[in-house]
Amino acid sequence: MIQHAPILPILIPFAATLVLLAAAGRGLAFQRAIGLAAALAGVAAAAWLTLLADRGDILVYALGDWPAPFGIVLAADRLAAGMTLTTALLAAVCLLHASHGFDARGRHFHPFFQLQIVGLQGAFLTGDLFNLFVFFEVMLLASYALLAHGGGLARTRAGLAYVVLNLAGSALFLIALGLLYGTLGTLNLADVALRLQGLDHDFALARLAAALLVAVFALKAALLPLSFWLPLSYAAAGAPVAALFAIMTKVGIVAILRVQAIAFAPAPATADLLSWLTPLALATVLFAALGALAAARLRDLAAWLVLGSAGALLAVPAHAGTAVTAAALYYLVQSTFAGAVFFLLAERIAERRGEAADSFRAGPALAAPWLALGFFLAAATVSGLPPFSGFIGKLMLLEAFRPTPAAAAVWSVLLTAGFLVMTSLARNGSRLFWDRKPDLPAPAAGPAGWRRATAIVLLVAAGPLLALFARPVADYAARAAAQLHAPQAYIGAVLGKDAGSIWRQRRP
Amino acid sequence: MEAVVAVAIGTLAACGVFLLLRARTFAVVLGLTLLSYAVNLFLFASGRLMLGAPPLIRDGAFYTDPLPQALVLTAIVIGFGMTAYLVMLALRALAESGDDHVDAKEPEAPSAGPPQGGRGQEGGAGEGP
Repeated sequence: MIQHAPILPILIPFAATLVLLAAAGRGLAFQRAIGLAAALAGVAAAAWLTLLADRGDILVYALGDWPAPFGIVLAADRLAAGMTLTTALLAAVCLLHASHGFDARGRHFHPFFQLQIVGLQGAFLTGDLFNLFVFFEVMLLASYALLAHGGGLARTRAGLAYVVLNLAGSALFLIALGLLYGTLGTLNLADVALRLQGLDHDFALARLAAALLVAVFALKAALLPLSFWLPLSYAAAGAPVAALFAIMTKVGIVAILRVQAIAFAPAPATADLLSWLTPLALATVLFAALGALAAARLRDLAAWLVLGSAGALLAVPAHAGTAVTAAALYYLVQSTFAGAVFFLLAERIAERRGEAADSFRAGPALAAPWLALGFFLAAATVSGLPPFSGFIGKLMLLEAFRPTPAAAAVWSVLLTAGFLVMTSLARNGSRLFWDRKPDLPAPAAGPAGWRRATAIVLLVAAGPLLALFARPVADYAARAAAQLHAPQAYIGAVLGKDAGSIWRQRRP
Repeated sequence: MEAVVAVAIGTLAACGVFLLLRARTFAVVLGLTLLSYAVNLFLFASGRLMLGAPPLIRDGAFYTDPLPQALVLTAIVIGFGMTAYLVMLALRALAESGDDHVDAKEPEAPSAGPPQGGRGQEGGAGEGP
């Protein structure tokens, strides 16, 4: 059973998708039960995988038992396992939130949601670059449908731009893979790493392929010149969908981290490939902070916050150091939960404010102390105030960057952006809750419902909890980073002991 | 043969990018289709071009690399599904805004545009696709 652990986080939601499709006519209650059961089973499987991966061995699952450079493998190291656990937790909470009634606003919400989890988990676990493309497409296809779920012109418009942009990105991805295969003759990540190190011809082509690959991941991670799609589409998506999307930019970031640490950094042809990444990432952080200042609605603000955290994380891969990566992984986990909660809060606040919705202008009197407390805790977490996890994450990141040459730039940008975000949240939070027009009647908002309330409470609680248990999480992140930056172990685990003796034909 | 394939890929990609940058959804869909043709040809060529060689490995036999063909097959299937979804989305944008511009502008006034029943920014709740 243990050797099947790496595929369970993919297989469980996939099986649930099939059951849900077969049971499309069985009513919403049945679909919710199946979906939530699969989400919980997914959490259990991911937690088990994390425990197994934390023993230190890289779990390799050869699909169909074809050995590594010829067949497709899944490889679960600590990084991949930790990301599957984060994804499974976030997905379970978002699904609980969606089960209050959002899933009834269109057909086939539940199968698409499970398919989205399949794509996310597969993208984290796969050890093959073409398989990564396939899981990216599964993830994107589901996200296209989820983005449009609920209907309305705003969603259709955002969806159109999002789909066209990602299709163009997929074309680039395939070109990069074609170049890589044409140059190296393999698409298995470990094998790519091995052959890049021994490359004695076609340096320029290999560099071009690697650069294209990073560019595609940067598009998914919303690096600055490629990030204009994110605020539009995330703000248009329904609340639980946007909250789940908070992890989608992280897929691009983890992919860059992984290909850089395992394949590109040790090879002479591509070692200096990412030198341009940090300036662009810092520009993304500033851009997102300015966007947060200018946002007119809470859901726009939430989208800008997601973009800002992605920018801070994109500054990391170029500094292939264990300390920086370890800090980044903690920051990644906490920023995912901190970003997701705002979308859920925005929906509820919009309901309670009626006509004014979640736009930052005077609305009817809003007597919602628990909602206000939740907003306060989430805002304090995301803007990095002590004692919450945002503060610890940012502190670890700043401290890890201190010995690097980029320290001055990173410190000034992250601290400035943090101040701007805090200003924006303080100003707009007080407008939302305190700026009232007395003549406006309070709208009759329905109850939040236990599902939505639980989901919001869980996500808000992630801030204090991740601060309380910062030590084990940060230790795990440090172990994951150390493992990631020792690519020989990964290559050895995937390709086996006789990796050097695989017969290679020189091609024309 | 390499030159012919290269020119074909280049022409397809150029036309695809040109159409992709147009303002109407129909042209954009066509552009993406042409671009995916170019990409598929490129993937196919990444296994080196050979004439009259089967993609089967036998001892001492003359063969062509079978893997790019499998990759192209996957890419075609995915590209086809995505394009079908995009066409549906473009049609829905046309139906909802009365315009096939990629930004799918709101009808400016109920009297000026085609009648749309005054849909708000968020659309009516409870409307399925």
